[in-house]
Amino acid sequence: MPPLIAGLGVTLQLTLGGAALGIVAALIAGLARLSLTAPVRWLAASYIEVFRGTSALVQLFWFYFVLPLFGVSLDATAVGILVLGLNAGAYGAEVVRGAIQAVPKGQWEAAVSLNLSRWNTMQRIILPQAVPAMLPPAGNLLIELLKNTALVSLITITYLTFSAQILRAETLKTTEIFSLVLLMYFAAAMVIALLMRLLERWLAGSQGRVVRSQEQA
Amino acid sequence: MLFDWNYALESLPVLVSGLKITVQATVLGMAFALIVGLVLTLLRRSHIKLISWPTAFVIEFLRSTPLLVQIYFLFYVLPTLGVTMSPLTTGILGLGMHYAAYCSEVYRAGIESIPRGQWEAATALNLNRYTAIFKVILPQAIPPVVPALGNYLVAMFKDTPLLSAITVLEMLQQAKILGAENFRYIEPLTLVGAAFLVMSLVAAAGIRSLEAKLKPYAAT
Repeated sequence: MPPLIAGLGVTLQLTLGGAALGIVAALIAGLARLSLTAPVRWLAASYIEVFRGTSALVQLFWFYFVLPLFGVSLDATAVGILVLGLNAGAYGAEVVRGAIQAVPKGQWEAAVSLNLSRWNTMQRIILPQAVPAMLPPAGNLLIELLKNTALVSLITITYLTFSAQILRAETLKTTEIFSLVLLMYFAAAMVIALLMRLLERWLAGSQGRVVRSQEQA
Repeated sequence: MLFDWNYALESLPVLVSGLKITVQATVLGMAFALIVGLVLTLLRRSHIKLISWPTAFVIEFLRSTPLLVQIYFLFYVLPTLGVTMSPLTTGILGLGMHYAAYCSEVYRAGIESIPRGQWEAATALNLNRYTAIFKVILPQAIPPVVPALGNYLVAMFKDTPLLSAITVLEMLQQAKILGAENFRYIEPLTLVGAAFLVMSLVAAAGIRSLEAKLKPYAAT
């Protein structure tokens, strides 16, 4: 049990690090996708397509083996956070874009008539209204991210799935160990789902809105 | 030279043989997921709580835990129960079960979007529950959700490299072996990445055209 708890610590570290990077990447790429400058849009679109179009595991191996050739050597945890964050960011960028485009056009027109700059409009008018719509899909992505941390075990770092493998080899209690690991991931996912629901309710309350129940397929 | 084209060309035939396994796993896994997913949806809609509640839990559990751990579980635990399968079969089973849970949610959304009147009409015509669901509801519920199912096909395709963890010789595993033999990972890994990107983009375009074709069936 203690090695699994230590592994859970690394799993959470990967999830939090990946989420932080993912949120930043998603916001930048999502906004860049709506930029008025075409090359910026293309750049964002290619980032999104490349990370959504290839397998997360292949991305991990690629960064792990190819980055050192460019003189950048990162340890497995750093590669894990980098790849998981960029991967989640690519999916998140589409969420950001969708939520921004869902804000009624009238809001933009009103901002123009008030002579707000484009940046001011985005920051003060559009984003505060778009963020609540981003939350439910963001919660789903966060759970995806948690599950993807299991992949990092394949580039060998000590964390939940990997500790389980070592324990299995040592104790041969395969069924118990893997059942426990599955339960731990399940519990972590349930906690994330709960926290996201609380965040949604809190944000809706602070904006004086009623929470609509949104089902995300 | 950073990227050795000759080496890349030489590794291509091996990677293509890996691609065959990848495609095979995707096709069989998806067939399994489509069928089992439908069964899960129907069980979840059962009026008997003893059936519907455990099914809902199983779906939630499969969706909330990592596919890699599920595959390990099948690979290491099934033999202790006396069930031995080849790694590829285990992998297909793992992919199929995981995506069956996702597909069942898609089917559920499709079924729930069918107007109540269709159920009432079926009752009025004295159709039994079985006939109502298979002859009236499902034929209307499935066409609109085909694009969503297609997205999961692409997602499953991108998850097949996980099978390399249980020694299946699919594309990523072949690339890793090549890299270990020649001490050069950049070419095979880049090729694998490119292959995934191309196939995902082609599949996405295919889904979009399918979506356009199915538009007349879309229930709104």
